[in-house]
Amino acid sequence: MAQQANAVELHNTVKRFGEFTAVHSMSLNVTDGSFVTFVGPSGCGKTTTLRMIAGLENATAGDILIRGQRVNDIPIHKRNLGLVFQNYALFPHKTIFENVAFGLKYRNVDKQTIARRVREALQLVQLPHVEDRLPRQLSGGQQQRIALARAIVIQPDVLLLDEPLSALDANLREEMRVELKRIQRELGIATIFVTHDQAEALAMSDRVVVMSNGFIEQEGTPEEVYNEPASEFVANFLGISNLMSGSVEDASADTVKIAVEGGPHLLAHPREGRGKHKGDRARLAVRAEKVFLAEQHAADDDSVIIDGTIDAVDYQGQAARYFVTAGNLSWQAVNPIDRHPFHEGQAVKLRIRAQDVVLLDPARSGNGAEQAG
Amino acid sequence: MAAVAAEERDLRPWILLSPALTTITLLLAIPTCFVVVYSFWLRTAAGGEQVGFYLDNWIEVLTDQFYRDILFQTFRIAAITTVLCALMGYLPAYFIAFSKMRNKAFLLLLLMLPFWVSYIIRTMSWINILGVSGAVNYVLTSLGIVSEPIQMLYNETTVVLGLIHFLLPFMVLNIYVSLEGIDPNLVDAARSLGSTPFQAFREVTLPLSLPGLAAGGLLCFVLGGGTYITPLILGGPTDAMFANLIYEAIIIQLNWPLGSALSIVLLVVLGAVVLLYNRFLGLGQIRKGFG
Ligand SMILES: Nc1ncnc2c1ncn2[C@@H]1O[C@H](COP(=O)(O)OP(=O)(O)O)[C@@H](O)[C@H]1O
Ligand SMILES: [Mg+2]
Repeated sequence: MAQQANAVELHNTVKRFGEFTAVHSMSLNVTDGSFVTFVGPSGCGKTTTLRMIAGLENATAGDILIRGQRVNDIPIHKRNLGLVFQNYALFPHKTIFENVAFGLKYRNVDKQTIARRVREALQLVQLPHVEDRLPRQLSGGQQQRIALARAIVIQPDVLLLDEPLSALDANLREEMRVELKRIQRELGIATIFVTHDQAEALAMSDRVVVMSNGFIEQEGTPEEVYNEPASEFVANFLGISNLMSGSVEDASADTVKIAVEGGPHLLAHPREGRGKHKGDRARLAVRAEKVFLAEQHAADDDSVIIDGTIDAVDYQGQAARYFVTAGNLSWQAVNPIDRHPFHEGQAVKLRIRAQDVVLLDPARSGNGAEQAG
Repeated sequence: MAAVAAEERDLRPWILLSPALTTITLLLAIPTCFVVVYSFWLRTAAGGEQVGFYLDNWIEVLTDQFYRDILFQTFRIAAITTVLCALMGYLPAYFIAFSKMRNKAFLLLLLMLPFWVSYIIRTMSWINILGVSGAVNYVLTSLGIVSEPIQMLYNETTVVLGLIHFLLPFMVLNIYVSLEGIDPNLVDAARSLGSTPFQAFREVTLPLSLPGLAAGGLLCFVLGGGTYITPLILGGPTDAMFANLIYEAIIIQLNWPLGSALSIVLLVVLGAVVLLYNRFLGLGQIRKGFG
């Protein structure tokens, strides 16, 4: 492969509803065969973006390309896309066979081929024997599989899924997550998946696009957005983060010493362009599961150890979430439990490693942070 | 315990229904029984009523070709009206259901507006429009297009026109309700699978709105088939519908026994239509139409 083709490209795409801008100048590439997730709180513009790609909404400005072709003026029925909705949207008056065969009718496919491809699609979603039933005779999970079969049987250029798992109960959701991923891999089809569930986004995607208020906050692999959140919003939206402000007290090539307001000094590794100079303002994030609690820590060069007291314990079985007071600061820590959790009022030591202290972009701090969680 | 609870559950609908059932019994079922009894009485030449069990009215009603012709004519007019209402009602219903306007409620209110004016007055208004000295003739004569006013009223066409005027809102409301219940994602899904807007309408929207169309059709047919005011005001002497015969017998000739027999015939015939309809299409939609 000399160059990876893009299944979908957005160039400065904007969507306004009257005065209200739902999507601000958004640019994005979805490479062939990749699984990209739009994640963000409700109302941040995920669905609107997806609907623009599908052709259900017209972009106010900017270009949308599918397989290199500008599609802004191409109506939805000529775009060759597979669309899956949260509420399945199966045709209630048509049998499962007719539902899955629907898209093939408009593609000059002969009867035998239709029957064969429908059968293959139903096999792929592991529901081979329901052809003659009506949608209402199937469970929610089964209906969603049929909706998926209906979308992929036409061999679309891109698969677009808008919160397809949200209507399912927790167990089924996990099962479908694996299943969806398997099918996507098997077909090698470029997929855009919309969700407000950060766990889903991290588990399924090749790339995650974190959105808020119509902007892309960050785009990257699940690991990048999780470990290296670019903004306070991302740090807060994906998991629990301890956020702090401070100033750089001492900067060397590989370690920065930061004086946290109302708290201790923390060590951090410098990020490109951030916190390089003495006196710089800094905004820090430390993930709750990177705050290690113990009665005693061995000191080392690359971490800071702080005294604290357990305020409250949220017992979760294999792990516990602790609320810890250390000096003037409150911390949250999620630690695996070794036999017994710490108890309320217990004195503990917090160990913060330099590698776990994320220096956020101070210019983007506060942006959309209110929406977090 | 469980049995008691189940029994309580079974009773509740009946308790809630009882006011309606009482009303229907007192005002509909019992009077209908009176009508049945009346139909076996006889009207004497002197104008009084002969109480007893006579089959004369029934023999007349069931054997005289005249009544059968009028019944057939009634069905024809009601059917034509129903079909035209369906054709004319679909578009406005579609427009209201899928309009992006925020004041859909206002459009529905507009649809209800005619109900605020008496049905009789609405029907009579056609005389001012189509009558010999009505608006249309005035325009035509003043423009010199015709020298003499044209007689446009008092034929089957104007009866159908009046009935459409009366029944169209019922049709629109019923279609609207079933269109309104269609998940817009279904059309989006159909479009994404490659169908044009018209194909998506034919494959998804139209079939899913059929129950509303059917319910509206039944209402139009039954209400149209049972009316006498429209033919009375807008029809000619030969455009009588079955209910006009009842009106004629009871109000004009004061022949209550014959009128009763005719009433029961119409009741049974229209009732049969409703039952047949229910058998094949289901009436669930009508309930929704009023909900
Ligand atoms: N048709 C529309 N008209 C006006 N505003 C809309 C329309 N569709 C969406 N919006 C607004 O655009 C914003 C983004 O909506 P949406 O894309 O559905 O968010 P998400 O899918 O991320 O929850 C919301 O504030 C929503 O109210
Ligand atoms: Mg959405």
